[in-house]
Parts: sequence; structure tokens; C-alpha cells
Amino acid sequence: MNKTVYADNAATTALSKTAFEAMLPYLTTEYGNPSSVYSFGQNAKRAIQNAREKIASAIGALPEEINFTSGGTEADNWAIKSTAKLDQNTGKHIISSVIEHHAVLHTLDSLKEQDYEITCLGVDEYGQISLQELCSAIRKDTVLISIMAANNEIGTILPTAPIGAIAREHGVIFHTDAVQAVGHIPINVRVMNIDMLSLAGHKFRGPKGIGALYVKKGLDLPAIIHGGGQEHNLRSGTENVAGIVGLGAALEEAASNMKKNMKKVSALRDKLISGVLQIPHVRLTGDPTDRLPGIASFAVEGVEGESMVIMLDQNGICASSGSACSSGSQEASHVLLATGLPSQLAHSSIRFSLNEDNSEKDVDYILEKLPAII
Amino acid sequence: MFCESFTDKVIEHFMCPRNAGSMPDADAEGTCGDPSCGDSLTLYIKVKDNVIEDISFLVFGCVAAIATSSMTTELVKGKPLDESLKLTDADITEALGGLPENKLHCSVLGATALKNGIENYRNKMTEHHGANKQ
Repeated sequence: MNKTVYADNAATTALSKTAFEAMLPYLTTEYGNPSSVYSFGQNAKRAIQNAREKIASAIGALPEEINFTSGGTEADNWAIKSTAKLDQNTGKHIISSVIEHHAVLHTLDSLKEQDYEITCLGVDEYGQISLQELCSAIRKDTVLISIMAANNEIGTILPTAPIGAIAREHGVIFHTDAVQAVGHIPINVRVMNIDMLSLAGHKFRGPKGIGALYVKKGLDLPAIIHGGGQEHNLRSGTENVAGIVGLGAALEEAASNMKKNMKKVSALRDKLISGVLQIPHVRLTGDPTDRLPGIASFAVEGVEGESMVIMLDQNGICASSGSACSSGSQEASHVLLATGLPSQLAHSSIRFSLNEDNSEKDVDYILEKLPAII
Repeated sequence: MFCESFTDKVIEHFMCPRNAGSMPDADAEGTCGDPSCGDSLTLYIKVKDNVIEDISFLVFGCVAAIATSSMTTELVKGKPLDESLKLTDADITEALGGLPENKLHCSVLGATALKNGIENYRNKMTEHHGANKQ
């Protein structure tokens, strides 16, 4: 099947030329192990440090606060499981939200087996949490607040800075899964009072299989992956040098073009949204104003999500759905259900996620094909 | 999970379903499934001399649900009621050349809705004859 329009950038993105070119030497001639003491190994070590600085600068952190992982999922697991271990004497209560990614939710589920109590804040029809509810949920034994910066299915941007301020005020550690946000909207860990943050390369035109966990200096988070002591004993395993270099290059590129990209992509998104909303029985899901620049997500009455995805595929368009069939389970998207969408509509979702690689022609093509499909 | 695992016949029935649509003058309807579970089928039948003269369907569901519903109607149109009752989900799946394992349950929709439809028709006929006797 020939791909004509790729509109599933929230799932993964194409590797940018810049990232690819930066990575190439580390996949070919510069194959040294960064832990080796001879100069060939030190080349790799320098490349990693360089990437670390780029990532730190993009999110307002210090290089030593950046720890590389195999992706967003590992970063989420590490942040949550280790905070639990760290503060187990203070308490066993964690606050999160109902619309988190499964990497967070399932990790929290695993802690329930160790008698942790998890409060998941509900959301309104736009996917927004209530700051008031967050404040009321904090208790003496709350050890962690983990709330995502932006949602992957409906594009809603959450109030990360106010959440950070509340966490700081109450002395609770704040982790945010910013996998969908980093590289797309401004994130500054100092300004937003973030203690830990997860990011993943393949969401902002970097390679797959690489991500990072930012951990605020002074927070002595225990490791969960033990071994040779890489990453200052925090995350063992020979470093994915090429991946790290690609991550750094991609994020640097995304950060420097952010204003321009946000403008271009949100214009494309808005054009797509207004075009799609002309089709009867279609509604927008997620926050209409505080939403990620690229995500155009809808629910279509009477049409099942997976069938839309396949029909779009037959027309050369890649998009996704939160419908049960496409996720392999019989349950509809937990995010859509949390916004109060009735079950049937939650099975009828379609999500287009655009980025700087898409063009107006792409949007026009989708608008040309979608009405007939529906 | 997607196109690669679906047979050409499944894709064909999905893209161009046979007998799709409602039937306002149907003799009976049969349903199966629940929209809140993501799968719901209604079959409409017109019966003459105990043969399914005409059949149509409306479905809410995925690729496999649409394909199996379409195939069900194609398999029993013009067939006697008794023979149609013997149709199983396995027959539907076989006619489509197979379904991915996690989609096999969709073929149950068609077989069950058909049985329900025929049963509803027969119940109606019994009531009708009963009323006439009075």
C-alpha cells in the first residue's frame, strides 16, 4: 500500500534529515563504547555529552539532570517506581489523572499490589483536570503527582505550570509525562516547577528506542536498571550512542524551529478541523483552545473507528483511532470515555496528527477523501 | 493486524458491502451485539414461501464486522429458512477465506442475528395464525 499522506505523527514521526545525518557516523565509523578509556571511545562519550547539553537546553534543565532511557515508557516506569521506593516512609499515596498513557497507568497499577493508593483525577469533556480537585486530593501521605503535559489521543494541553506550583507548595514531587509535548510546545522545567519529566525521541522526528528522564538536581532517585554503572550509576547499559545523538539533534532542531512550526502546524490543523466539522455527525474531541498544534481528533456518530482507519489506509492516508479493535482489546479508549463520551462514540474516534512534515496539500487530500469514507 | 492479515475477500466485502441498508417493509428483524461494545448488527429479511426473498443489513463495527455481515446476507439470500438456520460463524469465516484470530468473534454477529431474525419471523407467523384462528 503506497502511503500518500502520513497523518499519524502522534504515534511516531519520520526521522528528520538533521537527526539522521548526525547519527550516521555513530552507526558506521564512530562505533566506540563511551566507557572505553582510549580516545576512540572518548569520541562517543563527547558526542553523548553534547547531546545531553542540547536536550537540557531545550527544556530549561542542567545537563547533569538528563538521563537517557530506551524511551518514554521506561522513563515513566523509572520515575514512578523509584519515587515510590524513595519516599516509602513518607506515604503510599499517588495522584495522577484518568487520561494518562498506559505507560503511567499500568505502572501505577503495579504499585497497587504494594498497597499504594492511587487517586486518578477525572477530566471534563475537554480532557481538562480541575486544579481545585488536585489541591483537595493532596494528603499528608502523598508522595508523587504524575500528570501528563499533553494528551496523545485528544491533544489537550494540561496546566503543567499551575500543577507544578501546587506540587511545590505542598512539598510533593511532580512528574510529568511530556512525551507528546516536548519538541512541540514550550516546556521549561524550572519555570513550571517540574521535578521529573519523560520524553521520547520518536515523537519529535528523532529515532525510536531512545528517550530521557529529566530528574531535578538534588532528587536522589534510585536506579531501576542495574549493571555497569553508566549514566552515573543511574541507568546501566552501554549507551545507544547513535540514538542519543539523534535525540539531541532532533530536539535541538525542533526547539529552534518551534515558533515557526507551531504556527504552520496549528494553521494546518485548524484548516483540517474546520473542514472535517462540515461533515454531519462529527464532533471534535479534546480542548478546542488548549490543544497540541498537530492533533485533530474527532468522534463520528454511527461509524466505527477501525473501519475509518482502514478505509483511509485504502486511500493512502495514515491516521489512528482509539477504538477497541485497533487497540486489540474490547474496550474503547479510556481517554475518550473519561471525557464523558458515550461508549459507542468512544468506539467511533479518528485522530489525525500533523507535524512540520505535512503540507496544505495533505490536509486538502484528507478533506477530499474523508466525507465519502464517512 | 490490519490489511496484511485480512484476505482480499474481506477487504472486498468491507469496501463494497452487499445488501447494505435498512428495509422499512421487512417481514422481520434480527439483531446481535451492543454498540457500546463496538459491534452491533441488525439484519432485515423479507420471506416468501419460507424462502428468504430479500435481506439487508445495518452494522456498526470494524472491518471484520462489516465484511462478515455482508457475507452473511450473500450466503442466505434466496435460500429456504430451514437451510439458512444451519449457517454457522465458521461457514461465514470460511466463505471469506478466513479471519485474523482476534476477529473471529465478528462472524458470530452474522450467524446470531440471522437466527434471531428467522426466529422473530416465525414467532410473528405463529401469532398471526393464532390471532386468525380466534
